[in-house]
Amino acid sequence: MKKTPRKLRVGWFSFACCEDSTIMMTEMLNTRWQEWTKKIDFVHARILRTEKELKNIDVSFVEGAMATDKDIRRVKEIRKNSKYVVAIGACAVDGMPAAQRNLFDEKTKKEIGYILEHFRHREKVVPVKKVIKVDDFVAGCPMQEDVFLKVLDKYLKKFGVA
Amino acid sequence: MMHSFDITIENLSKIEGHTDLEVCVRNRKVQRVHLKISENKRFYTQAIRGKPAQGAPHLMSRICGTCSIAHLLCCIQGVENAMGIQVSEQTILLRKLAMYGLYLRDHALHTYMFSLPDMLGKDSILDFDEKNPKEHELIHQCFDVKAAGNALSTLVAGRAVHAPLPVVGGFTKIPKKEEIKPVVQQLRSVRDAVLELQEIFMEEKFNFHRKTHYVSLLCPDFNFYTGDHICTSKFVCIPSMHYLEHLEHQVMPYSQASGYEFEGETYMVGALARMNLNNAYLHKNTRIDAKKAIAIFPTNNIFFNNLAQSIEMLHCIDASMDILQNTTFKDEKSAAVIPKAGRGVGVVEAPRGTLYYLIETDKVGIISHADIVVPTGQNQINIEQDIKKLVEDNLDLPKKELQFEIEKLIRAYDPCMSCAAHFLRLKWV
Repeated sequence: MKKTPRKLRVGWFSFACCEDSTIMMTEMLNTRWQEWTKKIDFVHARILRTEKELKNIDVSFVEGAMATDKDIRRVKEIRKNSKYVVAIGACAVDGMPAAQRNLFDEKTKKEIGYILEHFRHREKVVPVKKVIKVDDFVAGCPMQEDVFLKVLDKYLKKFGVA
Repeated sequence: MMHSFDITIENLSKIEGHTDLEVCVRNRKVQRVHLKISENKRFYTQAIRGKPAQGAPHLMSRICGTCSIAHLLCCIQGVENAMGIQVSEQTILLRKLAMYGLYLRDHALHTYMFSLPDMLGKDSILDFDEKNPKEHELIHQCFDVKAAGNALSTLVAGRAVHAPLPVVGGFTKIPKKEEIKPVVQQLRSVRDAVLELQEIFMEEKFNFHRKTHYVSLLCPDFNFYTGDHICTSKFVCIPSMHYLEHLEHQVMPYSQASGYEFEGETYMVGALARMNLNNAYLHKNTRIDAKKAIAIFPTNNIFFNNLAQSIEMLHCIDASMDILQNTTFKDEKSAAVIPKAGRGVGVVEAPRGTLYYLIETDKVGIISHADIVVPTGQNQINIEQDIKKLVEDNLDLPKKELQFEIEKLIRAYDPCMSCAAHFLRLKWV
């Protein structure tokens, strides 16, 4: 019997951001879905399917910055259950523009203070690398497609898929 | 089912952004429905203050990845109205095309990738069976239609996500003749697929009716970008610049988004509202070929929001092919931007409904104040009231089935949580 070829187990997560890199991914599917469905198992990608248990992921792509305690707990859980983590898009890589409230003057900070407190936002919004170890970065707003494809290819090769 | 129970959904899938839901039923009475938009606020209305108005639209487009072009163009309109900048007819035409490209791609994402799996009993479009001829065809059509919308946006606006070419005053690059032909061909090639999609949504088995009000910008040729009046199913038309004055902001302390009522009543914005109110303005070719589908409207079955979107997709193909084939675009410079103190309103129909920007500038062209009202915020109370009725009508369904019905209903609205996490006012108490 022919052995089922191994697929790369991918997780796709978003935090404080506009999800532009997620939309870029759904657009890349336009021309790549046949290739990707053979090589990639999107085990955890809320934009594509119902969320399942978070475990045993080869590569997690993380979009968005860390704004709340909940974000930090979640991203640590992702790290624990993923062999590699890639930060995608400007907010995940550098924090901005999601972190723009870090630069507000005192008056504006006071104005938004109640919301920050009510929803347990942290004092500063930070990029993913400030919270967990990140193995690769795909910068850009939205993420640069060619860089993303190179990084994806690297992991497909690393796991013996491509 | 039990007389008292709770339903909790965390991180609802196949929508844009993050949301949780909490339903509490006691003694067969729905006591609470909380749509808890958990998307983190990113404070764009504060961040824009003190920034040059010319650069503001490209920052504001970062509110939302999927409908960024709607935010970009609505903010541009607000800035131009604040500073009294007149743009050329060609600029208006190109902006309409940018909206058509956005709609085609964004509606295709929602109809094919988010809603269609519900109809076919699958969890994901990627689970469609390639060996089943119908499912095989649909998966190809999904990506071809999305690609056609992307191509139109790229032609006109430079990119489908965070488009670089539209600016205050006009466009930094005009499409070239040789670039237009392949895009027209691509649009034409997916027209039949969109008609087939309409056939599927016409046979909609899901059914949910609750009387509510509908609100949309009245666009003369269903172009989503121009129009001076907001019309409603209450037979009231108001100048769009006064829209905000008719809205009442509702405090929802469990959600990171704002809820709204229109003149004290709940309402819905989006494709269903547009189709109920304005379908006579659709492109003539759409009105001929989608006659059967259009005849279903007006309706208050929320699941026909999917059908309404698929009709709009056909309209976008027909209207943009018409413009692209009958226009000679000339190279022109954008209108000059002379900084001026002023107050301007931008109103467009974003894919999910009416989008409103209020922009105030000072004499050197710096933004001094901004307010935004986004579609999903306006739909939030309506969604909750629908869920309440859905649960009350189906108390005897097994809990798992009832939960799936609720998920389908929320998905039919095509909510966008990235956009929704914006407050009009910041103080609740």
